[in-house]
Amino acid sequence: MFLRTLKILSLWALCQLAPLHAQTPVQAFKDDMAERTRACTACHGEQGKAGPDGYYPRLAGKPSGYLFNQLKNFQDGRRHYNLMTRLVDPLSDPYLMEMATYFANLQLPYPPAARAPERVSKDILRKGQQLALEGDSTRNIPACSTCHGAQLTGVQPNVPGLLGLPLDYLNAQLGAWQTHQRKAAAPDCMSDIVQRLTSEELVAVSTWLSTQNVPLNATAAKQISVPLKAPWRCGSAPELSKARP
Amino acid sequence: MNFPLYFWRYFAILWAAVLGLLGAAIWLDNHRDLFETQPSPRIEAMSEKMMVDKGHELLRLGNCMACHTERGQAAGAGGRAFDTPFGKVYSSNITPDSQYGLGTWNANDFWRALHYGKSKDGRLLTPVFPYQHTTLIAREDSDAMFEAIKTWAPAANQKAIAQASKTLDWPYGTPLAIAVWRSLFFTPGVYQADPQQSKEWNRGAYLAQGLGHCAACHSERNEWGAIASVNDFSGGRMPVINWYAPSLTSLKETGLAQQTNQDIAKLLQAGRNDQATASGPMAEVVQHSTQHWRDEDLLAVATYLKDLAQQALQRAASASNDKSTQTVSIPSAKVLSLGAKTYEDHCVQCHLSQGQGVPGAYPALANNRAVLLNDPTNLVQSVLYGGYPVSTPLNPRPYGMPPYILTLDDRQIAAVLTHLRTQWGHQAPEVTPLQVNRIRALQGP
Repeated sequence: MFLRTLKILSLWALCQLAPLHAQTPVQAFKDDMAERTRACTACHGEQGKAGPDGYYPRLAGKPSGYLFNQLKNFQDGRRHYNLMTRLVDPLSDPYLMEMATYFANLQLPYPPAARAPERVSKDILRKGQQLALEGDSTRNIPACSTCHGAQLTGVQPNVPGLLGLPLDYLNAQLGAWQTHQRKAAAPDCMSDIVQRLTSEELVAVSTWLSTQNVPLNATAAKQISVPLKAPWRCGSAPELSKARP
Repeated sequence: MNFPLYFWRYFAILWAAVLGLLGAAIWLDNHRDLFETQPSPRIEAMSEKMMVDKGHELLRLGNCMACHTERGQAAGAGGRAFDTPFGKVYSSNITPDSQYGLGTWNANDFWRALHYGKSKDGRLLTPVFPYQHTTLIAREDSDAMFEAIKTWAPAANQKAIAQASKTLDWPYGTPLAIAVWRSLFFTPGVYQADPQQSKEWNRGAYLAQGLGHCAACHSERNEWGAIASVNDFSGGRMPVINWYAPSLTSLKETGLAQQTNQDIAKLLQAGRNDQATASGPMAEVVQHSTQHWRDEDLLAVATYLKDLAQQALQRAASASNDKSTQTVSIPSAKVLSLGAKTYEDHCVQCHLSQGQGVPGAYPALANNRAVLLNDPTNLVQSVLYGGYPVSTPLNPRPYGMPPYILTLDDRQIAAVLTHLRTQWGHQAPEVTPLQVNRIRALQGP
């Protein structure tokens, strides 16, 4: 009986406390895209500037077509992450495009790049840089910069930038491409290229990329300098293969 | 005691006769289609184009494609996995592909599948295909659906689709097990209209019991995986995927008896009304099926379900000696304070301090039936995985809830849910960390 009274009393005490707590400032509800994308920014960081742990990549400022394609990839089973799939499954294409455009238009400063982990030698970084900027013509591996822009800051509207991304994320994504866990719309050019790299080369490229600072006021390039030559074709960015006007 | 040899001989003959008769009865029961005269395909007074359009509409009403399509594969090409307590079953290819699909079928074969639950080759289909419901479909509707399917491009799933006999646990996939199950729980027969009821009511019943197969989820399955009947909507747990389909006849769980037909129709069309939001498997039904229904069909189903709910209410009122004073034990102060703190840190921003929510954006939690369901499964799902309501023409840009599976532990989620269930005059049972953990462990991030 005494315990029960105590319980009821403490319950009452809590009820008295609750309104006090409620006075902590609550941001007023606004009928806008920031409000509508709370489910995204909970993990991808405020305004989509990347999550705290390296696995939730930045969304802000990525080209809209790229972001939209990724949302569709989760819906259509080309990318696999239960949480993402469940979130995007019930949403229509126009709404997903609106979300993609919202994040694409957010221009936020990038944090300085990470230092390379100590175990990584200079040779590895050099190898990574070489692959990223020159590729390896003997094995028909194009440079990253062929499609991702001379500055590696992406190309409108479908090709993402490669800088300003955490090493864990880059490793996880390239690894997923190599094991066919991540795919893009066919023909999947990224998959073909990543299959040609060894695991060591893959780590070298991602490590070098993660240590590069994003140039000030970087934006995605309007188009790539030289159209992509056959046999390379990208289902998620068909415009890369088109001749220039 | 010693029996003479002739006794054993007669004993054996008797048993053989009993087993033989039983076997014959089961065989006959499962092959009625061989003896019953089949209604011939109707020559409808409608053009082929009209019939195809009607067929497409019926396929939508039945939400056929949701189950017969695997994520990322061609529509209708099958291969979607269904986990059941008896093992896995993969849906079949229903495109007109002559190797993998229905390319070699005719209207009679299709009718036999819907009405008798048998494949073209005579194989008994597993009841994962809801033939308890599809058997109610009228012959002319079956024919229209088949005409529509014939207009599709043939397609094949890139992977081979394993047959249920190989993927179900032994012995559930054996023809004998399926035959016995069917004899116990399945009787073929088209929907018989109730002459006491209006045309609209009967249309609603035909859709809800047949094509719509509502009771496939909204009815509790017995230990053999069978529902009580196609018009039992008293709510059911969905095993393996872990959702609870609330009772459509209970005032406490859905309250259809006190909603207008328009309100009920709106939930099906918009995915949301003032009282509820479709989530989980129901969101999928709205997305692929009910948002596309004609208004008159939505209202017909609403009329029918509301009538059942009102009948249930009257029965409950006349039978009540008021046992409803349910005593709910008071959770510990520790749980309550953790719950209040978690609510303050994570929920109050959208659902507000009195659980009133933001109309049109974030649902109110106070007096929300979904919060008070005895079974907290759906609440746990919503907090672990978050989610958006369906984008529909009436709610094209929904607001969403973030997943908390990575932010909150089982104790915090249980406490915050207990908080919701004991605040604002609520009196629903406490949620335990174990209940949260069961779903988290099964489905992961």
